[in-house]
Amino acid sequence: MDTVTSTAVVDLRHLDNLWIQVSGTRCNIECRHCFNNSGPREASFGFMTLDAVSEAIAAAGARGVREIYFTGGEPFLHPQLLEMIAYALTVAPTTVLTNGMLISDRIADMLAALAAAARYSLEVRVSLDGYSEDMNDAIRGPGVFRVALAGAAKLARRNLLPLITVVRTWDEDDELATVDAFVRLLRDAGCDRPRLKLLPALPLGRELTRIAGLQRDECVTTAMLDDLDGDLLMCANSRLVTDRGVWVCPLLVERQDARLGATLDDAASSYELRHQACVTCWRYGTFCSNVSAHIEGPAIGATLEVP
Amino acid sequence: MTRFALIGGIYSNWRALETALADIGQRQVDATFCLGDLGAFGPYPDRVFPLLQQAGVLCLQGNYDNSLAGGLADCQCGYTDPRDNHFARLSYDYTFRNTSPIHKAWLGTLPMSRRLGVNGTRLLLCHGSPRKINEFLWDSTSPDGFLRYLLDDADADVLCVTHTGIKWHRDLGGGRHVINVGALGRPENDGTPVVYYAQLTIGDTVDVEFVPIRYDHQALAADMHAERLPAEFIETILSGWWTTCLEVLPQKERARGRF
Repeated sequence: MDTVTSTAVVDLRHLDNLWIQVSGTRCNIECRHCFNNSGPREASFGFMTLDAVSEAIAAAGARGVREIYFTGGEPFLHPQLLEMIAYALTVAPTTVLTNGMLISDRIADMLAALAAAARYSLEVRVSLDGYSEDMNDAIRGPGVFRVALAGAAKLARRNLLPLITVVRTWDEDDELATVDAFVRLLRDAGCDRPRLKLLPALPLGRELTRIAGLQRDECVTTAMLDDLDGDLLMCANSRLVTDRGVWVCPLLVERQDARLGATLDDAASSYELRHQACVTCWRYGTFCSNVSAHIEGPAIGATLEVP
Repeated sequence: MTRFALIGGIYSNWRALETALADIGQRQVDATFCLGDLGAFGPYPDRVFPLLQQAGVLCLQGNYDNSLAGGLADCQCGYTDPRDNHFARLSYDYTFRNTSPIHKAWLGTLPMSRRLGVNGTRLLLCHGSPRKINEFLWDSTSPDGFLRYLLDDADADVLCVTHTGIKWHRDLGGGRHVINVGALGRPENDGTPVVYYAQLTIGDTVDVEFVPIRYDHQALAADMHAERLPAEFIETILSGWWTTCLEVLPQKERARGRF
């Protein structure tokens, strides 16, 4: 007899993470594995206005948001990004996800000044996908390796230790040697206290073309949530604001059915996990957040009341 | 007026615990609470249990205690960095091997949180956060609005946690406070061997004092050496700088350290 399975539906438990797609899908480079097809010629999403970003931050602050993330595209293409970061840092710890190509000495000085003045942490996540020019630039494009590495080093020299974000494109057996190679590279480049964040490759966007034929269609079923810590799923703790409304999470920004409404209030609804990317999230947890914000683990159980 | 001593993150540092309990003994507190993580990192894990029990300390389970009691494979700190995982494994395996079955079973009997009412002030004590035993509440990544949400959600006025190993106190106004009581087991990445606990006084106001504990850290380092614990752990005890498990530190806390 066939087993009847249904697609899982997840409620927003609390808005821990506000993602802001500040520069839309505009990017100055065109990575082969980009999950939302960002690039110089792509404009499915555009720049957000300072007002729209400020409004979203204020609304998320009123909901008790825990972390704010600026993403794109490339956030530093937005001319008002620093102003937005300054405001975000008055509300919550703030992270910028960048390819590192536009971090000049002047930008690095300004970021370091913002970080030093803020109560909350400013994290700059610089993407690098190889420990050599060949390995990185095969994925991220010619010339990217040297400029991105130099950008990261500018931050490190100002004690704004960048979090180097790497998408895993190697076999599990090569993990230790690969991490060692990244650490050596970063030290040699002037990042003497390397911080690495490893991400799984996402079956989305250009990556889907790159890995064509390797993945089978699958989605998260209710049965798959039985033994899962539901707090791990991004749809349970995050929302993404864009210039075209609010999406359930950054991964699904190209899926129209993942648009939940015009405002964060509209988007506090539940979401059905229809997509293959949901399986990646189910498998790895909320990997998009910083490790310092991870919340996997036993819920507080027994409480002892003392009169 | 009610006065509590709040200790956390003992990490098998029986020497710092002994010194702190002697200090607390002179302060005439109404009760002493330990917010968990009795083992980890330090030497002779079984030594902290009689000290806590004889002093009548009311203990909670931390993630380490939860792992030891449940026979889990790791400490549930959630590291992804291979170097952090390497040292976390050394620490956990040593602690697991050297904690007696009786003490492991006792850890399993401890509550994960404790609520107290003091003259109308509602206190909630837990290890990580009211949501998760292992959620990190760092000063630089716990915004005021988020802390208010945690207090509202938990029906509490004052929340006391540990888990991160670095103390802080946030006065949110209106009698609402969140306190990370710090750790006795390991210095707080500030270049000194000093460790801390918190004294909480509840009267007309809620007052928090972080009490520095200077103990014989050289003797602890000798204990750790004798037990062949990693040189990196011993260096932290002697220098006050964290050398391992750095991945979970947010930018501000990480940048203040040496490694």
